[in-house]
Amino acid sequence: MAPILDIKNLYKSYGPVEILKDINVSIEPGDFLVLVGPSGCGKSTLLNCIAGLEPITGGTLSIGGNDMTHVSPKDRDIAMVFQSYALYPTMSVAKNITFGMKVRGEDAATQEAKLKEVAAQLQIEQLLNRRPGQLSGGQRQRVAMGRALVRDPKLFLFDEPLSNLDAKLRVEMRSEIKKLHQTLGASMVYVTHDQIEAMTLATKIVVMKGGVIQQIGTPAEIYNTPANLFVADFMGSPAMNLIPAKTRKAGADTVLDIARADGASMQLRDHRALDLPADVLVGLRPEDIAESGFRAGADVQEAECLVDMVEPAGADTYVTSYLGGKQVTARLHAETSAQAGQPLSLAFDLGKVSYFSPSTGERLN
Amino acid sequence: MTDTSMSSPAHSTSKGTGANLSKIALRWGLYLILGLFALYYLMPLFVMLTTSLKSLEEIRTGSLMALPREVTFDAWATAWSGACTGIQCEGLRPYFWNSVLIAIPAVALSTLLGALNGYVIAHWKFKGANLIFSLMLFGCFIPFQVVLLPMARVLGLMGLAGSIPGLIFVHVIYGLGFTTLFFRNYYVTIPAELTKAAKVDGASFLRIFRSIFLPLSLPIIVVTVIWQFTQIWNDFLFGVSFSQAGTQPITVALNNIVNSTTGVKEYNVDMAAAIIAGLPTLFVYVVAGKYFIRGLTAGSVKG
Amino acid sequence: MSDWLENHLPKVVLAPSFIAILIFVYGFIGWTAWVSFTRSKLLPRYELKGTVQYEKLFASPRWDTAMDNLFIFGTLFIVIAMVLGLMLAIFLDQEVRTEGVIRTIYLYPMALSMIVTGTAWKWILNPGLGLEAMIKGWGFESFTFDWLVNPDYAIYTVVIAGVWQSSGFVMALFLAGLRSVDGEIIKAAQVDGIPTWRIYTAIIIPSMAPIFLSAFIVLAHLAIKSFDLVIALTGGGPGYATDLPATYMYAMAFSRGDIGQAASSAMIMMGVVFTIVVPYLYSELRAKND
Repeated sequence: MAPILDIKNLYKSYGPVEILKDINVSIEPGDFLVLVGPSGCGKSTLLNCIAGLEPITGGTLSIGGNDMTHVSPKDRDIAMVFQSYALYPTMSVAKNITFGMKVRGEDAATQEAKLKEVAAQLQIEQLLNRRPGQLSGGQRQRVAMGRALVRDPKLFLFDEPLSNLDAKLRVEMRSEIKKLHQTLGASMVYVTHDQIEAMTLATKIVVMKGGVIQQIGTPAEIYNTPANLFVADFMGSPAMNLIPAKTRKAGADTVLDIARADGASMQLRDHRALDLPADVLVGLRPEDIAESGFRAGADVQEAECLVDMVEPAGADTYVTSYLGGKQVTARLHAETSAQAGQPLSLAFDLGKVSYFSPSTGERLN
Repeated sequence: MTDTSMSSPAHSTSKGTGANLSKIALRWGLYLILGLFALYYLMPLFVMLTTSLKSLEEIRTGSLMALPREVTFDAWATAWSGACTGIQCEGLRPYFWNSVLIAIPAVALSTLLGALNGYVIAHWKFKGANLIFSLMLFGCFIPFQVVLLPMARVLGLMGLAGSIPGLIFVHVIYGLGFTTLFFRNYYVTIPAELTKAAKVDGASFLRIFRSIFLPLSLPIIVVTVIWQFTQIWNDFLFGVSFSQAGTQPITVALNNIVNSTTGVKEYNVDMAAAIIAGLPTLFVYVVAGKYFIRGLTAGSVKG
Repeated sequence: MSDWLENHLPKVVLAPSFIAILIFVYGFIGWTAWVSFTRSKLLPRYELKGTVQYEKLFASPRWDTAMDNLFIFGTLFIVIAMVLGLMLAIFLDQEVRTEGVIRTIYLYPMALSMIVTGTAWKWILNPGLGLEAMIKGWGFESFTFDWLVNPDYAIYTVVIAGVWQSSGFVMALFLAGLRSVDGEIIKAAQVDGIPTWRIYTAIIIPSMAPIFLSAFIVLAHLAIKSFDLVIALTGGGPGYATDLPATYMYAMAFSRGDIGQAASSAMIMMGVVFTIVVPYLYSELRAKND
């Protein structure tokens, strides 16, 4: 099947400032693509380019197999949900939802039928005669979704749609959007700066920084094998530990020398055949460092560390220690006996490790 | 004082009623000063009104501030339909209608153009749009003396010299800067996402203006209409420069009545005429003062 | 084609206004500037003759009076209106119960035409039957108040009427400024036990610098453009005693038939306005465009 969205060598600049550089992304029908990155990374601009709201400087863009590079937004067969919802303030909810159909000249009966269908789907029937100003944040969000849904487009575009909601509502709406995606089977492109939203919603994630794509992959790929330091640091909370280490060969193994707070060094052995430079950053997620005895496997290495801080967080307890001059976080079970200032034996799961070059930031394994 | 609620409990417990008394005295002093100033601002209006209701005889013998012993509306009748503006003696009436005929189309046109301009500048930015806006804004501030001479010639060339359409044209041109500024400043507060959403919905440039921006614009339309109406109604410079006998606006006619040198000085007629000339804008001010003030402050705090 | 139109419609819509401003503002300024360097009299002539008009202008005692008057009137008008406006704004800011009514009374003169204002004050200040006669009538036989017809003082009557017309507006500007000061800062000062007058002098008024600037710009602009008020109040007289640049320009243009003098005096007015307004607008626009 042809990709539903295909972006090739897209460039975008405002005068001399390049906002997007050589963007190549394509998704299949039914994909949920999430564009994620810190503010100013160009993700919203890219979405606006896909919508046709911003002209692109170079490259091509096709939707549903048709070249849309120079097509105006109304002819791209897309629908969009905005961060501020962008509901038309002087129109009722019903009029907001049917405005697009009215502009396109669809007859009243069709408008009415579609409105009913969408209102039922989103459970906003009782709101249809209200003005946007009379709605709560969550209700506005639903109306904005309704306005997109009636269009039944090839591609849904979402521009940080949940960022104006409070934390609880955000989680609720997140799962509703996910449900919607599953029931509709529609193709969606979704922009967020929230990496948890990205992980939970996406079938495919694009991580961006400074107008350049850092990595494209499934949530698992992005999480487990980040392509560079930026992705490793940006995705996941608490962030991946990046521990400076010296490497040396010991037979088939690679030994990692990591400085501890007391000055003595700690050794971890990676049994896999690796070709690493002398200086590396060892990337380990907090959950891949456990208390000794709670993690087993061929690649698990244990070492004694000095506990710096203990932070109980309900289901887990986070323990930090200084390794390689950096604060390293381990995610232990809630009942751990770790105490600040006391040594603790930790198990490092080197099967999950990512190595990065400190100079280029690129992934080494 | 602004802090009465905060500081009075502390004061009353420590110093007792003495502090309270001085506070009350302060308050009375404040109201006295405010009241005196209110009298100062009202005095000319009061004098105008009483003078206009007196007979000329009573004006000569009585005092400026005295209430009329005998109320007569003769001066008003004369001012409206009999006072002499130079050689003609038809009162203010024809000139009142001249001003209406100038103000209504000029206000409507400049407001409409200002709305469209503001809409483009705020939401359809193109290269150079900011420069155009700056040029229009600077244009608001020129002393109009600098365009009087060429405008007189151009109106002549256009065949509009001394005509009401000519004055309408002049008022529209030199009102554009302000009306554009008003609408632009109002429209920039409308989120850009609204325009984007409408574009995705397939609405065109004009459709977005009509269906989304216009319904939101009532407050700024009121502000702009009031501003423009006041400016045009009260204009004297363009009126006196570009009109001729028969097309003069009311301000010019009023000045002619007051400064006509023929015959006896009829102060009561002058005052009645002045009130008539001021009534429409006063009426607008009293009815829609809030919008009037908004226009004034928007017109002074730029950008 | 329709796509082209749709894409260019914003420019098409803006174009007429832009062209109009270009011609009728900037083109006309250019024309006036050009003519101010010619020997135009009753009809404009276009051969440049250097600065003769400006030399003549500066040598003219009438223009001298007009500029002096502008200076006197402008300074007094701006200073008094600002002081009065600020004072009234602070008084009105004291949770005055009838604030709405009082504000309406203070501000209504701004709705009137300068011609109406001039007419009213001309009557009030006329020595024969006005204020002077009234006070004499109260028994103060020696009281004289003949500024309106006294060449040395007539310009001050323009100040009186101008201040009456505009000070309420300045009050409204300052009142808006007072209200826009962050309430938490004031509360913090009150908690610190700072007296009210100190809160005004140390916190509120300094934070209103932009409002002072706005008020100054508006008043200066009004002063320089003042024309109708003088015409209605004194007609520029007695003699030329209350002439301002604006009335001088008008007299040259429409009564004397001296286009060259009219153009050069208009250019001087424009120069004065722009030295005040341009830096202000420039900084405002720059701040907005960031």
